Amino acid sequence: MAYTKRLDGRKFDELRPIKAEVGVIPNADGSALFAFGETLVIAAVYGPRPLHPAHMQEPDRGIIRCEYNMLPFSVSERARPGPSRRSKEISMITANALSSIVDLTRFPGTVIDVQILIIQANASTRCAGINAASMALAHAGIVMKELVSSVSIGKIDDKIVVDVDKKEEDYSDGEGSTDIPFTLTSRSKSIVHLQLDGKIPLKRFKEAFLAAKTACEKILKYQERALKGEKINEN
Amino acid sequence: MELPTINKKRIVSLLKEGKRLDGRGNYEFRNIHIETGISNKAEGSSRVKIGMTDVIVGVKADVQEPYPDHDDEGTMIVGMEFSPAAGERHEIGPPKMDAIEIARVVDRGIRESGFINWKELCIKKGEKVWCINIDIYCINDDGNVLDASALGAIAALKNSRLPVYDKKEESVKFGELTDEGLPLTEHVPYTMTFYKVGEGYLVDPTLEEEDASEARLTFSVSAPKKDKIIHAMQKGGEIPISEVELDVMLDKVEKIYDDNFVKLATN
Repeated sequence: MAYTKRLDGRKFDELRPIKAEVGVIPNADGSALFAFGETLVIAAVYGPRPLHPAHMQEPDRGIIRCEYNMLPFSVSERARPGPSRRSKEISMITANALSSIVDLTRFPGTVIDVQILIIQANASTRCAGINAASMALAHAGIVMKELVSSVSIGKIDDKIVVDVDKKEEDYSDGEGSTDIPFTLTSRSKSIVHLQLDGKIPLKRFKEAFLAAKTACEKILKYQERALKGEKINEN
Repeated sequence: MELPTINKKRIVSLLKEGKRLDGRGNYEFRNIHIETGISNKAEGSSRVKIGMTDVIVGVKADVQEPYPDHDDEGTMIVGMEFSPAAGERHEIGPPKMDAIEIARVVDRGIRESGFINWKELCIKKGEKVWCINIDIYCINDDGNVLDASALGAIAALKNSRLPVYDKKEESVKFGELTDEGLPLTEHVPYTMTFYKVGEGYLVDPTLEEEDASEARLTFSVSAPKKDKIIHAMQKGGEIPISEVELDVMLDKVEKIYDDNFVKLATN
């Protein structure tokens, strides 16, 4: 059967209910919570602070060190604690995305540590993590060129959809499911993170990018409101 | 070893005039040389050279329990390492992030394309399936190891035969190969990576060019019919890629595929 209606009843370009809030971890220099529906994430930022061991320091710039941590109880079947190849990859792409917006040359020899904790997972966890981390960096008062916003665009059967959930990720009828997490800068909407798996005709890729642009602009508005002190909870 | 700034400046300024140090066009690969059957204990193997970059790949199969949510499908594990032989910058120790990323991108391209018919790798539903282990070693790193690894994996899979499986004993007779190749389809995923160097773009960088690059975007593409299908993508590096730049790349994928990979696909 063709995918004419989303499994959870959302419009094709509709995000799940958003939660967004900063200051959720008092000890951290900056922190934030972000949720796409059931996917709930907390990020904490410490630094810039001196990097140890000293041989890892870069003399002309600071570095961002990121840990994406999918907590064992956040998924249906318990996840093994500790880093996996998947989590290492996500940590790296997150650090890359964040490094593009922080002027790291201002903080030579230091590290900014970003901890991302996935508390409850229903797909798009890396995107929720990046959204929270971007807010947490700003909340820490770190000088940033702009914010980043992240969203997972799907092609479910032949439909382009925004903010893929687990049921859509597992959809196998028709053309099946393609998942394309994008992270875009707030002003120029340049790509600082992009992954894809599935199958999408080359010709239709641009459609997915344009959907990401619109969705990221919406997410940015939530992030900005939360940074101004609002506790957003659409549930 | 960091690239001396002077080389980087030279590479960037030459690229502005549309030139590369070795005289290639921006979207031109170096010579690709593929050899198969390089290790006779493996189920299949290959050695791929792209210019001076040299990658060896071996496939081994064993029998395992399937995943509960795909109980009638075979499985696959891709591993990648830079051997310390590959160059001064590669040290002894477990695979680092660069190698893990290559393994995962190669894995996604193969898995998502449907190049392997997983259902035909089922021996007994819910109990026994073939697991295909692909191990990739870079033995000389002169840039673009990602595309070379993906190509090596494809060549090794095409070269593979399944070991004999003794149904009575329910065990694999390692060392005895059947005449049966792996169940492969025409959805062959070929991988190409664009590197941003200065304001320009190129594919198949040498190590010097790769060091001068600050962002990259990988496409894994198949073309079972006329239309090109993307199966995996990965952005790397810290510098953003603009919408205009994305458009340039999307526009070039088809031609790069046709110029470099169509001739490989017919082999």
